[in-house]
Formats: sequence, C-alpha cells, structure tokens
Amino acid sequence: MQPPELTNRVNITAAHTHTHTACTHCGDDCPEQPVVLHDKPFCCQGCKAVYELLEANNLCTYYSLSEEHPGQKVKEVELPGRFDYLDEESVQAQLLSFHSDKLARLTLTLPQMHCASCIYLLENLYKLNPGVSESRVNFLRKEISISYVPSETSLKEVVKLLTALGYEPQITLAELGAQPNHGSRAIYYKLGLAGFCFGNVMLLAFPDYLSFTDELAREFGRFFGYISLVLALPVLLYSAQDFYRSAWAGIRQRYINLDFPISLGLTALFGVSTYEILSGTGPGYLDSFTGLVFFMLIGKWVQQRTYEALRFDRDFTSYFPVAVTLLTKEGEKSVSVKDLQVGHRIVVRNQEVIPADAMLMRGTGQIDYSFVSGESVPVAKVAGEVVYAGGRQVGEAVELEVVREVSQGYLTQLWNNPAFQKAEKQTLETYANKVGRYFVGATLLIAAGAIAYWLPRNQHMMWRAFTSVLVIACPCALSLATPFALGSALTAFGRRKFFLKNSAVAEILGRATTIVFDKTGTLTDVKQSAVEYLGPTLTLREQQAVAAVVRQSTHPLSQRLAQELPQSSFAVVDFLEVPGQGLRGTVDGLVVKVGSAAFVGAAPVAPQASGTSDNMQSRVYVSLDNDLGGCYMFRNVYRQNLREVLADLGKRYRLAVLSGDNDTEQERLRELFGPKAELRFRQTPQNKLDYIAELKRQGDTVIMIGDGLNDAGALQQADAGIALTDTLSNFSPACDAILDASSFGQLNTFLKFTQDCLQVVLGTFVLSFIYNGIGLGLAVQGKFTPIVSAILMPISSLSVMLFATLLVRLAAYQRKL
Amino acid sequence: MEIIFGLITFSLTVAVLFLLAFVWAVRSHQYDDTYTPAVRMLFEDNETQAPTEQPQ
Repeated sequence: MQPPELTNRVNITAAHTHTHTACTHCGDDCPEQPVVLHDKPFCCQGCKAVYELLEANNLCTYYSLSEEHPGQKVKEVELPGRFDYLDEESVQAQLLSFHSDKLARLTLTLPQMHCASCIYLLENLYKLNPGVSESRVNFLRKEISISYVPSETSLKEVVKLLTALGYEPQITLAELGAQPNHGSRAIYYKLGLAGFCFGNVMLLAFPDYLSFTDELAREFGRFFGYISLVLALPVLLYSAQDFYRSAWAGIRQRYINLDFPISLGLTALFGVSTYEILSGTGPGYLDSFTGLVFFMLIGKWVQQRTYEALRFDRDFTSYFPVAVTLLTKEGEKSVSVKDLQVGHRIVVRNQEVIPADAMLMRGTGQIDYSFVSGESVPVAKVAGEVVYAGGRQVGEAVELEVVREVSQGYLTQLWNNPAFQKAEKQTLETYANKVGRYFVGATLLIAAGAIAYWLPRNQHMMWRAFTSVLVIACPCALSLATPFALGSALTAFGRRKFFLKNSAVAEILGRATTIVFDKTGTLTDVKQSAVEYLGPTLTLREQQAVAAVVRQSTHPLSQRLAQELPQSSFAVVDFLEVPGQGLRGTVDGLVVKVGSAAFVGAAPVAPQASGTSDNMQSRVYVSLDNDLGGCYMFRNVYRQNLREVLADLGKRYRLAVLSGDNDTEQERLRELFGPKAELRFRQTPQNKLDYIAELKRQGDTVIMIGDGLNDAGALQQADAGIALTDTLSNFSPACDAILDASSFGQLNTFLKFTQDCLQVVLGTFVLSFIYNGIGLGLAVQGKFTPIVSAILMPISSLSVMLFATLLVRLAAYQRKL
Repeated sequence: MEIIFGLITFSLTVAVLFLLAFVWAVRSHQYDDTYTPAVRMLFEDNETQAPTEQPQ
C-alpha cells in the first residue's frame, strides 16, 4: 500500500486508461492515474523522488542494468528523529570499524540488495553524497562497506541516504560491536597446501611406479623419498589437523566418530611411509596420504559451504533496536538500549519496538505482539499496565518506565534456558559416525586376524599385512559420501527457497518422526486475512468514505480494510483516532465512525446471525452519520495448500500445533489436522520449549516449524528447527533451516527428498565398502603395495563423489525440485 | 643425471611461489566474495572509478 496521503495529493499530468502500467522505479502496478515525470509512470511519489535523485546525478544506468525493475518501493513513512541515535558517540563507537577525523569506515547489512543494479547504485554512493569516499558491496553477504569523511557528512546522513534509496540498513542490537566476520579462511589454506603437496608428491612417486630402470630408482629413490617426506609433513601437521582434533574430542567424550578411523588410517599411512623411506626399504605411501587428506578436505569444504547472506544464529538482539529515546530533565535524549536501567523513562513511537519490560505511564498503548507471542491482533494497554519487551507500538507515542533491564525481560529470559547454552548441539548421531564405529571394530579385528595368521609363517609379512589393513581401513570414501550427497541436496533445496544451515540438518529432516507447528504466522498467513462484511449494504460512495477514513490509521486492521475497499480521492476532515477504540472522520459531509462495537454505538452482532460459531474474530463496526452500518469481520487465513500438505504429512508423521493464541480456531485446526494431532493453545515460549523436550524424551525426532521469537526456544530445542518467513531478508530466529513461505506447499516433497538423499548416502556407503573390501583382500595377503594404494584411493574417492552427487541430482529431478 | 637434483629443486621453488600466490589471494579477501567482482567489472569504467579528489 502506498502512503494514503500521497494519492490524494497526486498531481495528475496524464491520464492512462490501461490499468497495468509498471512503475518505472519499482515495477509494481501503478494506480489508474500514475505519477508522471518525463513521460515515465510512477506508482507513488516515493518512487518518483528516488528516480529524480538518480537522474539528477546521472545514475540512470541503474534502470538499464537488470531486466526487471530494480527499485525498492519506499515504504516507511519518514519519522522525525528516527535515526537521531546514530549521532550518539557511544552508538557510533560500536558501529564504526575505524574512526579518525579524516575517515570513518563501517559495514552495514542491506537485506534488500538483490541484483546487479543494486551493486551499481550502492557502489556509486559517492555521487549522491560527496562525503562518502568509497562504498564496496559484498553481494553474497548483502553487506556494504562504506568509508566517509566525518567532517563532510555523518553516519546519520549516510543511513538516511540509503533509506531514501530503499535500502534501509539493518541496525539492531546484534550489530552493535559485532565486527564483520569473514568466515573462516583456514579451510582454503589447508586445502591449498594439501593440493600443492599432493601434486608434487605424486610427481615424485611416478618414476617409482613406472620404474624405468632399477638403476634410476637406486640413484634417486632416497632423494625423492626425503623430498616427499618434507612435503608430507606440513600436510600432517597443518592440513590434517581437523581430523585429529575431531577424533580426540570424540574420545574425550567416550565416543568414537568417523574421524577416529580416519586419524588411525592417516597415522598408519604416514608412519609406515616414514619407516620405509628412512630405512630405505620402500618408497612409502605418501602420495596416497596427501591425496587422502586433499580429497577429505574437499569433502569438509563442501560441508562448510553455506548461505552467507542468511543468518541462522540470531537471537532477540537482532530484533531489538539499538537506541531508544530517553526522557531526562533536560529533554529527550537518544541512548543505547544496553544502557537502559530500571526506572528510566522512555518514549516509544509508532512502529517502534519496546526494548525492555516497562510500565505504561502516559498515552494509550496499542501493542502488536504478533512476533513475540503469536497473538494476531494488537493489544490495547492503558496507563499503569506493564508492557513486555518485543512488542511493537502501533499508533501514538507512549511514555514508559522501565521495570526490568533488557537482559532480564520476560522474553529475553528465554535465552537463559540451557537449550541456548549448547554451542553445537549434537542431538542425533549421524549415520556416518555410527558406521564409523563398526568400521573401527571390524578393522581392528581383521588386523588382529592378519597378525594371527602371519605370525607363525612370516614375520615380515605379518608386519606388512597389519599396517596395510590399518592403511586401507581409512574410510576416506565413506567420509566423502555424506558431504557430497547432502551438499547436492542443499543446492536443490536452495533453488526452492528452502535454506538449510548445513548438511547435517538434511539428515535429521530425513529421519524425523514428529512435526510440530506454530499457528500464527506459520499455519496462518498474517499478511492476509479474509474480510467479510455483515449488515446493510453500503453504497460505493459510503464504502469510499470508510476507505478514506481507515486509510488515515496505521492500525493493521485499518490498513487491511483499506486494501479491501475501493480507492477514492476523498479528503478526510476532523479525523480522530482513539487508540484501542476506533476512528472518526468526516468525509464529503458524511460522519464516519469505524471501530469497536462500543465506539460506534452498535450492539455486537449476535453469533447466530453471522452463521458461524462466535469465536471472537476481530471485528470492525461502522456507522455513517450515526446510522449503524454493518461490521467487517477479519478471519485468519490459512496458508495455501495447507490442507494438502497436512493430509500428506499426517500419513507419515505425528503432528502437533502449539499456538500462543487462544483456542478460537480449535475446531478448524482439528478438522485440518485430524483426530490424532495434539493441539495446544495459549502456549508461552517456555511451554513450547518444554513440550518439544518432552517429545524428545519419548524418543521422537522432532521438527519444529515456527516463525517468531516466541518459537525461538522450541526451534532451538527441536532436532531441526525450521523458521518460516515471508521475506527472507526479514528477521528469523535462531534455527536450523529457513523456509520461504511461498515454498510451504512443497514441505512434504522436501521431507521425502531428504529420505531419498539418506538412501543415496547409504548406497554410497556400500560402494565405499566394496573398495575397502578389495583393499582389505589385498592387504591381508600382504599384496597391498604403494601402487595399488595410489590407484585405489583416488578412484574410490572420485567415484564416491560422483556417485553421491549424480544420484542426489537424479532424485531431485524425479521429485521435481 | 645430477641435473635432476637441480631441476627438481627449481620446479619445487616455482611451485612454492604459486602456493604463496594462492595464500596471498586468500589473504587479500579474494575468496570472501566470489560474486560481486564479476558484476563490478561490467560497469562502465568512468563511472565506477572512485573519485581521486572529492567532488564539490
């Protein structure tokens, strides 16, 4: 919706009769009479203003770089003093990565960035604000690094410019003091080093395999051996570090993971090779050793790749504002939220988030808790009541007195739960680790068998067979199966806007038994609600009059109603908004009242008359010239395809709903979910967390699907927490996967696909066992030579990578992903 | 055949130089963002140049 006041003031210079004119800036449909500048149509003044700004600075290349309209609709209404806090020294100190009199530098996150045009415009900021000396975009992370000259411009000016262009930076409590973390580069160093050593050691090993002449080997064998040893040493000490570390961490927890047999095999390989080279008894297996490390690091790298622009670790601080307006004796002052103390008086304006639990002192609160508690309609609060942190004030500015510090709030307390303390939750044992353990047992058994067999016959062969078994037991191919299979799965999911934190999540999804849903925002679509009208029919003029009035209000129900009613250019005089009650205004001589039954003087419509069970659905009553009109009813709308999705899921999973809302929707949910599903209402965030914990205690593998902060605990507690979001750039709480709401209908396909992937993984395990079997067969006979190893290792690694990737792609193709 | 010793030493030196070049590339953020530079180079030169002096 465009800001209402703009439509009425639009200066129409050309009348377009066709209705579907795309706005030059944002590409949205223009209203019937678009704003026009130089024969170019715009949907609103905001878009036109951006175009004018770019045109004046010769930046119109912006519009020609991408096929679609790159612009962002400028939605937010400019609030006076909205960015004043950026002038605060304390805030600046935490945001700027570098600061001197001549230069300041900082990195901001711009979630709206989406195309080449964005990069172009954002890197040309200096043309729009001469104080900016340089701006560089990191598109994958959706970040921009800006350097500016503090004497010529200010942080506030820069942020305002970005906001005016439609790229409002995301500045929340979480960004404060957090310096951009540029991933870990260690994997690249390790991979590069291993690749370098692998290549060179292999070259040195070649003459030995081809053995042109024995003479040559005698002459250079030792020299090549020593060089290989020198090259292999950094691989052992640096590149292979992670495997040893992980194995050691496992042992300390009395747990054997897949890295244990890997470390054992690597140690055996290196040890045998070193012995052979130093004693001059053979060329060693160093080419196999470096190759193994190299291939397994590729596996690790594939496993680590993730979506850089998405954050899976956000807590409440990412939702809370950086600063708040503090009332002091000297007047209003912007302070950092972290400095808030009990007893402070603060002002919270329209659309601002309440940063701490506080007592309402002045004004009427109209608090939208939809994100925090799941209640879908704003709650009216009057002076003297306590409002909880995380709510968003809708309507007039209110004065609050802080009663609890930010970290002690009702909502933030949730983060003190032990579920959040575990840095890396290891809820499920992966197949790879399970198999790895049997692998160790089998290997040691066979090694012992080889000793027992050869001991009486041939001491030399015994030693050889024993080390060969340990060498071949290195489950390199096995360790590659999971990363490659699930890595390809991640790519397939990414195309369908289902983003997993890492490949381990795919495995958990494939093994889940129970799915728990949140209601508001997850099952229902908060942005849509069906509007029904009950009562005497209104004429078009009357409807337009109502529309003109509701358009003046920021209340979500008013805005929803304004969308539903016909547009007009009526002006509203005498407008009055009584928060929590309703609106009044005179339109074209008609006194319009919109609001609660009491406000307009109506008797609530009897439930029987409406033909539906009365379940306290949100209603808005209307009166015109004090004559009672009807009422508009807003009904929660469930997501598209919900019925099909649930019907499919219900066959294979235990389902449950945890709602923060009241139980008015119980019957509809029961009908959708079937008789077996567990439905719980009025659940606090803690209740939700406890319920999930209880399910896990019963041995279920739980997927939690939620959207808001109130689900954060449950998402964290579940084996796999999926956050559903309407816009990927928006805040989503800490979770294991982020699902775009538009892909919700495919949830069942996604889950089936993860099961396909697990089968591929198991199939790949079988393949790698075959290789290990061949190797073992040769090893126990003492026929496992460096050349066999040099052939078998790369072939097994490469074929496993290929096999896993291709099969998963095939499965994705069959599932139409 | 003693030349082999020299050749191998030389080839390893060259290889090490490439390894160092790789390390330098990682250190200078070249692997941090693998997308934006590809787009950036397509912009017109005269427009993407950072101004050498502050325009007034």
